[in-house]
Order: sequence, then structure tokens, then C-alpha cells
Amino acid sequence: MSKIQDCVIKNRWDILKEFTEARIGLGRVGVNLPTNELLAFQLAHAQAQDAVHLPLDVDSLSQELNNMPIDLKLLNMQVNETGLIQDGCTPILLHSKAQNRSVYLQRPDLGRRLDEHSIKLLENFKSEDITYDLAIVIVDGLSSFAIKENAVKYIKKLTLSLANEQDSWKIAPFAIVQQGRVAIGDEVASLLNAKAVLVLIGERPGLSSPDSLGLYLTYNPKIGLTDAYRNCISNVRLDGLSYDEAVNKSMYLLKESRRLQLSGVNLKERTQDNIIENSFDEQKNFLIK
Amino acid sequence: MTSPYRYTLGNRTYNFKNLAELMAKATPKRSGDILAQVAASSSQERVVAQMKLAETPLKNFLNEALIPYEKDEITRLILDEHNKEAFSLISHMTVGDFRNWLLSDETTTDIIKSVQDGFTPEMVAAVSKIMRNQELILVAKKAKVVKSFRNTIGLDNRLSTRLQPNHPTDDVVGIAASILDGLLYANGDAVIGINPATDNISQATKLLKLMDEVIQKYEIPTQSCVLTHVTNTIEAIENKAPVDLVFQSIGGTEATNSSFGFNLNTLKEAQDAALSLNRGTVGKSVMYFETGQGSSLSANAHHNIDQQTCEARAYAVAKKFDPLLVNTVVGFIGPEYLYDGKEITRAGLEDHFCGKLLGVPMGCDICYTNHAQADQNDMDDLLTLLSVAGCNFIIGVPGADDIMLNYQSTSFHDALYARKVLGLKPAPEFEQWLEKMDIFSDMKNFILNKKMPLAFSKPLNNLLGEIA
Repeated sequence: MSKIQDCVIKNRWDILKEFTEARIGLGRVGVNLPTNELLAFQLAHAQAQDAVHLPLDVDSLSQELNNMPIDLKLLNMQVNETGLIQDGCTPILLHSKAQNRSVYLQRPDLGRRLDEHSIKLLENFKSEDITYDLAIVIVDGLSSFAIKENAVKYIKKLTLSLANEQDSWKIAPFAIVQQGRVAIGDEVASLLNAKAVLVLIGERPGLSSPDSLGLYLTYNPKIGLTDAYRNCISNVRLDGLSYDEAVNKSMYLLKESRRLQLSGVNLKERTQDNIIENSFDEQKNFLIK
Repeated sequence: MTSPYRYTLGNRTYNFKNLAELMAKATPKRSGDILAQVAASSSQERVVAQMKLAETPLKNFLNEALIPYEKDEITRLILDEHNKEAFSLISHMTVGDFRNWLLSDETTTDIIKSVQDGFTPEMVAAVSKIMRNQELILVAKKAKVVKSFRNTIGLDNRLSTRLQPNHPTDDVVGIAASILDGLLYANGDAVIGINPATDNISQATKLLKLMDEVIQKYEIPTQSCVLTHVTNTIEAIENKAPVDLVFQSIGGTEATNSSFGFNLNTLKEAQDAALSLNRGTVGKSVMYFETGQGSSLSANAHHNIDQQTCEARAYAVAKKFDPLLVNTVVGFIGPEYLYDGKEITRAGLEDHFCGKLLGVPMGCDICYTNHAQADQNDMDDLLTLLSVAGCNFIIGVPGADDIMLNYQSTSFHDALYARKVLGLKPAPEFEQWLEKMDIFSDMKNFILNKKMPLAFSKPLNNLLGEIA
């Protein structure tokens, strides 16, 4: 009879774990997982399930946006070309028609629409003479953790890039939506008179990535548009797509959507078209060497 | 005018407005139909609807289109492709008779195959609504569907897997590491298929080259796929990328597919482009489709038809293009469509049953998200049931945790469990390759080699040498 520890067959290739977060090289007992790996999975699952129910800390997010340096060129077209930096922008706080998380999970239709109070708030901001090039809408989605970790850091870099563009960008006041789905950005932007909307939303938490931020761009946003009208950049987080890369991709899509006056399936993301062959040579697939 | 769909139980008469409403109310309970406000309002109404549905002649499904012929190209596809001669054998039956006929010992695999082109998606969806889980399993097992490209998938006592080595930034080394892990756990005969992190044609091309080089170097009898939009794949083919299979997510209404940004003509164009490359060795099935209950509702394109019937209609789209692989990503969309493990399990069995009856090579991504009431035990249950039902393939993800799509599926280990307890082998060509590569030490008893096979330890050692 073999000793208990002899039952576990280790995978020699487990050293490849340094190249991916994927659960590779777990080893086995027969064809099943070793006990430690089984329980590690159960723990990650429990944490992800809990993350879905963690509410967004709207106060501290507003505070962060308030303290964020922003180029005045983005807020007011009349400023001279050097621009001035001011501290912050008070966000508009909005809520979907889904009153709580339980309703939110089962009624995505309610998560896509603003409640009455929010609509009134936005109507107060709206003025017939002002149109914006872009609205930036922060939505809790399924992971408030993703918003807390990534939203402001990404917005800082994005607004810097926008301010450096030759063709000026005028951005609408930031909006924060609680219990929202992606499409709610379209309603917010159309009420603000914005030509395009970029939604920052907490993606559903994965076991290894409870903090993943998704970005959705719609040109000419209005209520009732389907996903075919949106472009998505996914998995923005420290261990995923970096803020710089996300901003590069965003800027490409923003500029192209403004030039072509469209978004969605007819707007292809081609930021890597020129560099991909080079990076492919550098980053080798060890299996074919 | 009163509807023909009436049923009197005791002193109460239930009226169902039309066939679509009857079908929706007869569906086993699920959250998506409640969300769409088409579900039965009580358990009794549900069973009454099932009783009325059982009395409904199959002919009605040809005379009463759930979405008008003029308004929907999927309805046109279904009715135009319907084979009246094949249907003649069952044309006198009601839905209830159809159930009895399917379960009968006399109705063999060959007979189902010969009558299959006479079924419509609505007929098979209807009959599934009045069947129990074990019946969905029993009939699906009879209705086997075999397809081939570089290997043969769907044969008796076989279970194939898609090796899904996704990575959140499409890192080449990270993806290669997951491919190695999958191959050494004997996974990947259905396809090595990557969901790319960004919807970018150069990215797709990079990943296609990566997989093509691995498949060629190790002479693996399998195929690769990058699961990007069909129009991207068409462009990649024009750019001479090594495309084996064309992928697209499909739904059961024209409006759903429009929301996905394609129509039937797009799929035809893609199929022709892939066939022109002539990369298959044992067959010419070049399409890979994914489906899932709830997609039409999610796209607001369901025409008040229940989500399971919409799903069955998607298989008519699949069938038209002779796919190698079709899988329902059963628990992917979330709890608003399938609330918990029980609903996911039922939906997985229905989807597999309906696809197989229509002649579609069904597999299943047995899966759930973290906001649903489900866990890995539910996946074990559905995996076991579908493996018994003769499911063509399942998904293999390292440790069942997809780090790009953020959901849980079945792992490489899980596939080996199912193969072991039920004696199911991979596709025959792949089985021979596993033997040749020393991946198993005892293939008969499904015992993996404790040592790393030589062909793979070399590149690993090279990599380690470089790092050191």
C-alpha cells in the first residue's frame, strides 16, 4: 500500500504558471484534482460570489473624481490653447430603475434604464445650445471592486490623451450610475446631448479576476441600441490590459468613430495592425522551437 | 375568433392565444421566460399547456409560423428547407404521439435520420417540453450526428473536447502553456479554440498562426479556431491566414442575428471562403457555431417566443451550413435567463436533444457565472448526464476557470472523469495520436502517463534553459 502523499501526481510543467494566471499544471490524483487545488478553487468561487454583492462606494469615488486634475480644454472650448488644469469635476450621481441587487440580477431591463429622479437630474444639466463630443459614464455593473480599483486611474490617462489631441474634445460632466447595465450609458448620454458615450463598467467577476473593468463605446447613443452598435475593450485591470494600452485602444476607437460617425461591428479595432508582426517575432511560442 | 388552443380542466377553461403562447406556457419554469413575461402564471397552467400541446397536431407547426414568413429569414429558412416527403411518416401525429414515437424501440437511429429533415425546430422544441430529463437523454443518444474535418467527431462511445486556452491579453507564451496543459490531459480533439481578448483581425491572425504551427509540428489530428466575428474571419482568410474553422455566435431570429452583425448570406460567404482553403483531411465541415438560451431575449429580438424555442430555431441556421461543431454555452449569459443549477441542467439537456434531433452535431459548454446560483457540483451533474446522452463534445478549460471570459466551465480533469466512468474515448484519429505521443500509459483504463512525454519535455527544457 502506497503512502498517502504518493497519490498526488505532480505536473512538471507547473513552472509555466509564471506565464499565465490560468489554472495549469495542477497535478492530479487519478484523474481528479488534488485536495489543495480543489479547495483553492472553492475559495476563489466563494470570494467571487461575495464580490457580486459588494455595493459601490459612491462617496469615495466622487471624492476621487473631485480631486482629479483635469485639463480645462476638455471642459470648455473657449480656453486658450495651452489649457489650464483644474482640480476635479463633480460627477452626477444616477441610479437605474433596479432598486436593489436582487432585482438587478433578475431584471436586466430595469438595469438599462434610469429612474425618474435621475432623468430629472440630467434634464437640469441639459441645455439646447451645448453639445458634447463625449460622455464618460461610470457604472457599477457586476463588480464595484473593478470600478474602485481602475476607473479613476484609467480616466486620468484618457483625459490626458484627449487633451493632447489637435481636434478638440469637449466632454460632458462625469456620471456615476448605480445598479446599471451597459446600455444605460446610451440613455445618460442622449439626455446630456453627447455625440458619443464611453461606459466604464465592472465586468462580472471571474475567479481569478474579480476586478476587471470593461469599456463600451457608442457613437450617436440613444435608447434601444443593441450590442451591434457598441465597441468593447475588456479586462482593463492591473493584471490584465494595462491602462496605457486601454487608452491607446480607446483613443483609436474614439477618433475613428468620430471620423466615420459610427460605432459597433462596422468599426474595426486595428491598433495593432502595424506592430503585430514584430511583436509576434519577439514573443515566441516555446512549443514550436 | 376563438383560438383553437383551449383546454378544459374541471370547470375551468384555459385559453392560449396562439401556438407561440402555448409553447411558452408549456416550457419548464425558467427565469428568462418570466423576464420576457411569456411564462405560465402557475404550475397548473404550465401542465395544462403541456397537455394541450401534447394534443396539438404536428401539422399546425407548418401552418402557423411563430414569426411571420415575410418578416424573418430564419422562418423562411425553416419552411423552405422543410422536407414534406420525410415528414409524411409523422404528418398524422400530435406532439404527444411524436414523443411516444421517438421513445419507441422501433424508432432507431437510422429511422430518425431518415425522417429528420421533416422535423422543424418548433416541433422538436414542443416535444422536448413534454419530456422528462431521462427521455431527452435517451432520444438524443439515438439521434447521433457525426461530422469530420481533420478527425471524426460524434461517433458512438466517444466524447471530444474543445481545448480553450484563453488568456486575458492573448499572451503567446501563456496560451501555449495552456495548450500544452490541455494536450497532456488528452484534451483538444474537437478543436483548439481561442476566444481572443480583443476583436481585432491582426490579433486573430497571430493566434491562428500560433495554433497552426503547433498542430503542424506535433501532427495533431485536430483543427483550430479563433472565435472572432464572422466578418473578421472572412477578412483573415482574404489575408491568407491559416483558417480551419469559421466561428459565429448565432440566434434563432433574424433580429437576433442582426444584433450580432450578420445574416445568412454572411455565413454562406464565410463557409465558401473556408471551403476554398481546402484544409480538411477527412471531411469538409468548416463551421463552428455557439448558441445559448436567452440570446434573443437579451437582444430584444424574441418576438414573445420562449427562449428554448428561439434556441431550437438557431439550430436550423446551424444545420444549413454543415457545421463541424455547435455548442450551447448553456449557463453563460446569467441568472436572468437560467436562474440556477436546476434550470441550467434542464436547458443543457433540451438544447442537446433539440440539436441532435435536427441533425446538428451538438456539444455543450457546461458552464455558469458567479452571479448565478450554481457551482461545480451542478457542472458535474450536467456533464455526467450529457456524457450519457452522447454529447459530441464539451469544453476543456484549465482548472475549469476561464481567466478571459470570467466564467466557470468544465476542466481537462472533468473530461477525463467522464471518459473514465463511462468508457468514452476521444475521436479515433486523436486517440491514435495520444497513443503515439505516450500521453497515456494505459489507454484502455484511461491512466495518464506519470512522466512527461518526450516530444513535449524537449521544448519545455529549452524554455527553462532560456529562463535560467
